[in-house]
Amino acid sequence: MLSWGDFRRMTASEIAVQVGLVAVVLVVALGAIRSAQVNLAALGITSGFSFLDRSTGWSYSFSLLERTIDDPYARTLLIGFLNTVFVGLTSIVFATILGFIIGTMRDSKNLGLQVASSIYVQVFRNIPLILQVVFLYALLIHFPGPRQAYSISDAVFMSNRGIMVPVLSLPLSVVAGLVLGSVLLGIGALRYSGSTTRALAIWLAGSIAIIVAAALLLTPDGQNLVSYPELKGLRFVGGLTLSVEVVAMIVGIVLYGAAYIGEVVRGGLAEVPRGLREAGVSLGMRPFAVWWTIRMPMALRSIIPPLGNQWIFIMKATTVGVAIGFSDLFYIVSTSITQSGQTLELIAILMGSFLLVNFALAQAINWLNARLALKGYGA
Amino acid sequence: MSSAPPTIGAIERLRRRAFRKPLDGLVTLCIAAFLALLAWQAIDWGILRAVWRAEDAALCRDADAGACWSIIDARHRLILFGLYPYEEHWRSTSAAVAIIATVILSCIPWFWSARRLITLWLAGFATYYLLMEGSPIGLEQVTTDKWGGLSLVLFLFSSVVLLGMPMGLGLALMRRSRLPVLRLVASLLIDFIRSLPLLTTLFTAAVVVPILLPDWLQGDKIWRIIIAFSLFFACYQAEVFRGGFQAIPNGQYEAGEALGFGKWQSLGLIILPQVFRHALPATINMVVVTFKETAVVIIIGLFDLLASAQAAFGTGDWVAYYMETYIFVALIYWAFITSLGRYGEFLKDRMKQDEH
Repeated sequence: MLSWGDFRRMTASEIAVQVGLVAVVLVVALGAIRSAQVNLAALGITSGFSFLDRSTGWSYSFSLLERTIDDPYARTLLIGFLNTVFVGLTSIVFATILGFIIGTMRDSKNLGLQVASSIYVQVFRNIPLILQVVFLYALLIHFPGPRQAYSISDAVFMSNRGIMVPVLSLPLSVVAGLVLGSVLLGIGALRYSGSTTRALAIWLAGSIAIIVAAALLLTPDGQNLVSYPELKGLRFVGGLTLSVEVVAMIVGIVLYGAAYIGEVVRGGLAEVPRGLREAGVSLGMRPFAVWWTIRMPMALRSIIPPLGNQWIFIMKATTVGVAIGFSDLFYIVSTSITQSGQTLELIAILMGSFLLVNFALAQAINWLNARLALKGYGA
Repeated sequence: MSSAPPTIGAIERLRRRAFRKPLDGLVTLCIAAFLALLAWQAIDWGILRAVWRAEDAALCRDADAGACWSIIDARHRLILFGLYPYEEHWRSTSAAVAIIATVILSCIPWFWSARRLITLWLAGFATYYLLMEGSPIGLEQVTTDKWGGLSLVLFLFSSVVLLGMPMGLGLALMRRSRLPVLRLVASLLIDFIRSLPLLTTLFTAAVVVPILLPDWLQGDKIWRIIIAFSLFFACYQAEVFRGGFQAIPNGQYEAGEALGFGKWQSLGLIILPQVFRHALPATINMVVVTFKETAVVIIIGLFDLLASAQAAFGTGDWVAYYMETYIFVALIYWAFITSLGRYGEFLKDRMKQDEH
């Protein structure tokens, strides 16, 4: 980036400007370090990462892993990180699916579909996300208690404790393995099967097959294949409980993100030349086939880059969880700061984690983009 | 010569758009029925069965009562003005009006020159500050920690745009500078801030900066947050400007040289006016997003519209009426954001027409 030749072609004042900028950056950095030393000494805080081994002594709302109140900071931060990634990725998947539906509806010729989807976009895109999440959370915690829970055919229950759904009785480690297996299968199918339709079919069939196989082979002895939620006294046992915080977060982010993704998809579809659609119609293709095999593949090329920006936005948007007490990484870090006082170290961990996650997402998007690029048309 | 397509009537147009095939018709009718049901529910709850006045709050507890707008009637001052002293609310109102007027005026093409826009925004901003703070013009002083509600949201929004816009331009110029050190610093800063959530940046300003700066440099929390938010805005806006720069053909720079302009002259007189023009739609988009994003400052502990709304239903008799309060606040945000967005679309269309 910097080569000596660059400098030789510069005038004295140009070099002075650059040296000046470097000097300013250095002075600010050194000044910050100096005041940090003074201020931290005044507060009696020793810097360094040794606090990570200390136990926290406080609890929080949601965790994918086993946790106790005596967990060390390191494990608590890891749980927060996993929560952020979990909510982020789940929201990305559902927001993308819903967004493609909304975008296609916006593009449709049918008046009813158009009106409904425009109203959706106008409402959900033009209200701040944090307000939507807080509102949803308030609605959910005002649901009736477990004894009066709303139920759908006695399998799914909705109460102020969250949503209870039936779930396969598999240990968490097996579930994690299944998710990983399904993702790898999807990537492999996309890479080697040659057609997207076939890749989707392989992925869907394969995923169902490994889930059924795992349920039959790995369910612990003496348990039913599926565990249903049941009211025992004042609370539910069995099944999977999606806590109010998780539901509010995911639903809120999905509804908001889908409005944006819908606009991206609509824009992409609008850029496909009319002639291509007409060519499909004149070949006698059905509307769905025109959409799936002609318009969508063409549109995807202009959809993917802005879609990637939306994915990164969604990942960053998980930080609003702190407003409803969802224990995402931001929540865990800010609580750790109040509890331990290790402000600088914790902020560095927070920033580093987001840089890492967003970098990984950007790589995934680049991979998708390269895979979808028209063969023979350069990068 | 081509013959004009046959004109079709409104009913025929509706038939073609909504009822081309039986399935089309069915879908349209189902959606129409669903929307009508939704609209009826909303009208029934929000208007027909609603209780409106603060004095009638007791009626809200009736089994068949709808929305309880009494809470808005009773507590709208708290929601709109936050903790601002009650007798001085007229100042908060006028200050908010000054900001809204500034935004509306800058939408009028007559103001679209650098000098007029800057004068307008500085004037609007100064009016706001003098009214809210009060002490320089002989009114009772109200410190920034008492500012809140809608006026605070408008203040944050306008100061972020006002500060962030020149910062963004500066960063964009640095990023495309010939000087490698400037380029490097700007790129690192822009990419770093853009990959972090806004909340992280604001939180750093609120919590970490006090550790990194000596006491005499820290200032109020609200100012630190505004500066951090402006930096965030500037990093995104710099990329918007970069897009604008990329749209300028090389010939324009050469034209500047041919006229004997210096680098800065040609930048100010030839290049930048075109950059602003190209960047306008994306800039408006950024401004709209910024208005929406101001809502997160509640987490950093500022008493914005959302915080004052939560305070409004947070006590005693009003706890049950959270929904009405949130809807009221959502409508305020929605009105501002939708009008800004509509204006952006209008501008885009206008520019498209100009090109033809």
